[in-house]
Amino acid sequence: MRTSFFPWLIMGWIGFAILPWYALEDGFWAFEWLIDGYPFDSDYAPALLQIFQDKGWLLPLFFPLLLPLRVFNRIKSDPKYASTLIISGGFGLAYLLGQGFSVGISGWEFDTLESLFGTLETRQYGMGYGALLTAGSFLILLTTGLAAAGNLRGDVFVTSAIGIVVALVATFVFLPVGKILVSAFVNDEGLYALSTFTDNFFTQKIWGVECLSTSVSCGVGLNSFFLAILTATSTTLLGLGFALVATRTDFRWKKSLRILTILPIITPPFVIGLALILLLGRSGTITQFVADLLNIEAGRWLYGLPGIWLAQTLSFTPIAFLVLIGVVEGVSPSMEEASQTLGASRWHTFKQVSLPLMRPGIANAFLIGFIESMADFGNPMVLGGNYDVLSTEIFFAIVGAQNDQSMAAVLAITLLMFTLSAFFAQRIWLGKKSYTTVAGKADSGIHAGMNPLLRRICLCVTIPWALFTLVIYGTVLFGGFVVNWGRNNSFTLQHYAEGFGIGWSEGSLVWEGAAWDSFWTTITISAIAAPLTAALGLLTAYLLVRQKFGGKNIFEFGTMLSFAIPGTVIGVSYILAFNVPPFELTGTAAILVLCFMFRNMPVGVRGGIAAMSQLDKSLDEASLTLGANSFTTLRKVILPLLRPAIVAALVYSFVRAITSVSAVIFLVSADHNMATSYIIGLVENGEYGIAIAYSSVLIFVMLSAILLVQKAIGERKLRRTNRLAPQSDTTKSPTNSAPMEKQA
Amino acid sequence: MSLQLQAGSVTFENVTKNYGAVTAIDNVSFSIEPGHLVTLLGPSGCGKTTTLRMIAGLEHASSGRILIGGKDVTSLPATDRDVSMVFQSYALFPHMTVGENVAYGLNVGGLKASEATERAEEGLALVGLAGYASRLPSELSGGQQQRVAVARALVLEPEVLLLDEPLSNLDAKLRRKVREEIRDLQQNLGLTAVYVTHDQEEALAVSDRIIVMNRSVIAQEGTPRELYEAPASAFIADFIGDANLVTGEVTQSNQKTAKVRIESVEYELPNRGLGNGSTQIAIRPDSILLEPASANQAGIKGSVTHSTYLGNQIHYSVDSPLGELFVVDYRIENAIKAGSDISITFATKGMSLIAS
Repeated sequence: MRTSFFPWLIMGWIGFAILPWYALEDGFWAFEWLIDGYPFDSDYAPALLQIFQDKGWLLPLFFPLLLPLRVFNRIKSDPKYASTLIISGGFGLAYLLGQGFSVGISGWEFDTLESLFGTLETRQYGMGYGALLTAGSFLILLTTGLAAAGNLRGDVFVTSAIGIVVALVATFVFLPVGKILVSAFVNDEGLYALSTFTDNFFTQKIWGVECLSTSVSCGVGLNSFFLAILTATSTTLLGLGFALVATRTDFRWKKSLRILTILPIITPPFVIGLALILLLGRSGTITQFVADLLNIEAGRWLYGLPGIWLAQTLSFTPIAFLVLIGVVEGVSPSMEEASQTLGASRWHTFKQVSLPLMRPGIANAFLIGFIESMADFGNPMVLGGNYDVLSTEIFFAIVGAQNDQSMAAVLAITLLMFTLSAFFAQRIWLGKKSYTTVAGKADSGIHAGMNPLLRRICLCVTIPWALFTLVIYGTVLFGGFVVNWGRNNSFTLQHYAEGFGIGWSEGSLVWEGAAWDSFWTTITISAIAAPLTAALGLLTAYLLVRQKFGGKNIFEFGTMLSFAIPGTVIGVSYILAFNVPPFELTGTAAILVLCFMFRNMPVGVRGGIAAMSQLDKSLDEASLTLGANSFTTLRKVILPLLRPAIVAALVYSFVRAITSVSAVIFLVSADHNMATSYIIGLVENGEYGIAIAYSSVLIFVMLSAILLVQKAIGERKLRRTNRLAPQSDTTKSPTNSAPMEKQA
Repeated sequence: MSLQLQAGSVTFENVTKNYGAVTAIDNVSFSIEPGHLVTLLGPSGCGKTTTLRMIAGLEHASSGRILIGGKDVTSLPATDRDVSMVFQSYALFPHMTVGENVAYGLNVGGLKASEATERAEEGLALVGLAGYASRLPSELSGGQQQRVAVARALVLEPEVLLLDEPLSNLDAKLRRKVREEIRDLQQNLGLTAVYVTHDQEEALAVSDRIIVMNRSVIAQEGTPRELYEAPASAFIADFIGDANLVTGEVTQSNQKTAKVRIESVEYELPNRGLGNGSTQIAIRPDSILLEPASANQAGIKGSVTHSTYLGNQIHYSVDSPLGELFVVDYRIENAIKAGSDISITFATKGMSLIAS
């Protein structure tokens, strides 16, 4: 309201006329350019000087930077004000991006442009400080103009926030995914052809059905699909069993079952597979024991479908449990009581009332299991054997000897088709159907107990499974302390020393261990990504919950989309999209941070939506009518009340960044190696000991982070109650000595 | 308390508000004089809250003009309007103390912190909560929270104070007390206040004028007395105090009075522009007199179907040739049993012709 566009215009000019326009070779945080030929060296020159060297196509950028000066003195209700800013910002942004995509490192990017303007002798690199700052300035000018034109009640902050989120999601979700779609149609000569896609897509490699009749394995697409169906079924059933035990029985340890739910959050995805190898692999403990006992040959059955299925079921059952526990609890007890007073037996009540009410939730858990299994990279990587699935094949298409980008793109599209179909099914089918029976008011009554047979079945399945999970984690914990699991089981600290050794040399600390490098990189990058992810997620949630604007559904869909994009697809698409100008990011730490931000953003959005929906909207409105603008309202009223959600989002994005592997493995570089990809490397070399040791260190770090934060939140609550405690005294005699005129 | 109030007027000129295909407010015009307390009254969904929110700037008109204090504020957002609002839920910021809540608007308005605190103290004193500044809202009773919300709105010295069902979260006994307090405060400070409620008794009690809304338009506007005694429509008659609607025939009319025949009985009532012919008459439940039937009585014959004893009054449902009648009788000593035949007469003070 009281802010003017002027500071943003100045920002644009700084980007255009002062800062280096292009990305610097030495990285974003290197400042050698200041003493190394700036401002005239063409690598470091600002756009203003580049124009006069050999990059004449930057000249039109003067226009949108000068035009706003015309309305400098006008008030914002003047129609000229709005239209001028919209034209400047819109044109500036469009032209800046247009030239960025048109002129690349080898001159014109498009043949039509080449034939139109002739061959271009010069070339340009990715956008640097200057270009990014100017682009940001144009974006804000555009949104300021749109707000002045009366959009969103003229609220500049909200308009700009939407503009920024849209721009970011477009750049870091839609651009890469679009790129992958396009590159599936590019053949070896770099030409676009539909046949490239169809040839790659309709192959035995993806859709082959030989395995049904012969011993040859099926296509990877079918393999993935089959695996995903198996995993989704088993995790949903087990999850339902756990949920029923936790809510409908008097099982003594049911509280501790809930601990299961935080396990997948803090477990890097391949760790389960690794532990399974140690237990059930050819030389695994259990395998050896059984082989000795029955005097049979130890088999390799674990490597392949059974192993992946087992690992995924172990990994994702807690997620299904988490989803279903809410569903099972959500069935209003009064419905079950009603059924029982009408004379139905427990079994009948469960079958006819409770189960149908849970059905959408069960379907939801199934679809989540399906998507998780499809997207899983770590377990198939470790346990795959000859059973190829899409997520790993994508990786090998890029990284292996073949380096076939269009093949990778086609595989990625196939994978995307599966996950997006599940995602759409979930949103379309379940989005409208709400069987939630929890109303605003407290629902008294107790859930019906389970029919004895069902109860016995649930306990018989879940208890052994919970114990098995415990054994698995025990293996992870102890695996790092034995010399060579299965062969030489004597205690050693050797693996930890190798990975995390600290030495003294010449009076200073030396990080000798081989793992320190990737460990600190992981912690640093995750710590940078966490607040950015949380901020982006919560800002988006705020816009979704609190603001009304056209296209909100599309906006929501776009922000949640990255949830359904498997990490491997993100990884490939980031390589394809950000390897070339105008956004040259591969090999930097920034690409890792950005990848985490947009992969984990849906988590922040969901958490934010849940928390914000519980805040009475009249709080915002009260703040607005008291003269605060929407930004102040967000800062002073909403954010302080959202503190628990903010902390949760921070922790969750931090932890997810640490455990992420599928996308990361494409994006790491020698300078920025991450813990998970380092561990995968160790596993491939058969160095299980140190891999397990490293994994348990990660789990330990994440667990302490979570516990620390929970303690912090807990204490905050405690303080709050302390503040409330003397209430009974103070209501009678206010601590303040000012006289009371009235007593209510 | 040194409130520098500049009470402003509020004017709606042909204001319409659409939500997609739904029209929440349909071409509404009214004007509120400075220093008046005007109530927007109506059943839920009638558009009264939307109207209030449009004065606040929380909703924007689809067409028409809104003026506050003579200035056109149609496109101004809530932040920039000189009005403040007391919310139904009070909307006190739970993470701030009472003092911080009241000082909030002053602080974001750029007042020095010390001055804001001082003014907030004065505001709290005004509503009788001096000394409560360091409490959290959750430590106060419902009535106290409500007063904090009023203080928070008042310290900004708004041109117009808006109150959205301010009593709905209070228990019945507290309601009467608080509504008197609000009315006193408004009159002492000479505030312009717009008050939304669905409770007709509350509206009658606090208002200078009442605007009754129904189905997105204004059904009638006037002083409480005008609305009760001369309802413009059957809806108003029924909504402001109960009324039985009966059909009768105007047999003779002039400027001032009209003779109306209901069944066989004639009554002389103040005329409201009606000519001869069929008309509707609203009759208040306590203006219907029931007597045990006897052969020589002039009244309309009927019978009591239900009789409900309520302590200081008895409610009857009566079956009559005019349809079912609802009757309130304060003469509890001669209660009539259900099933009894009765004869019905009307007291003219509780009867009014429906103009339309």
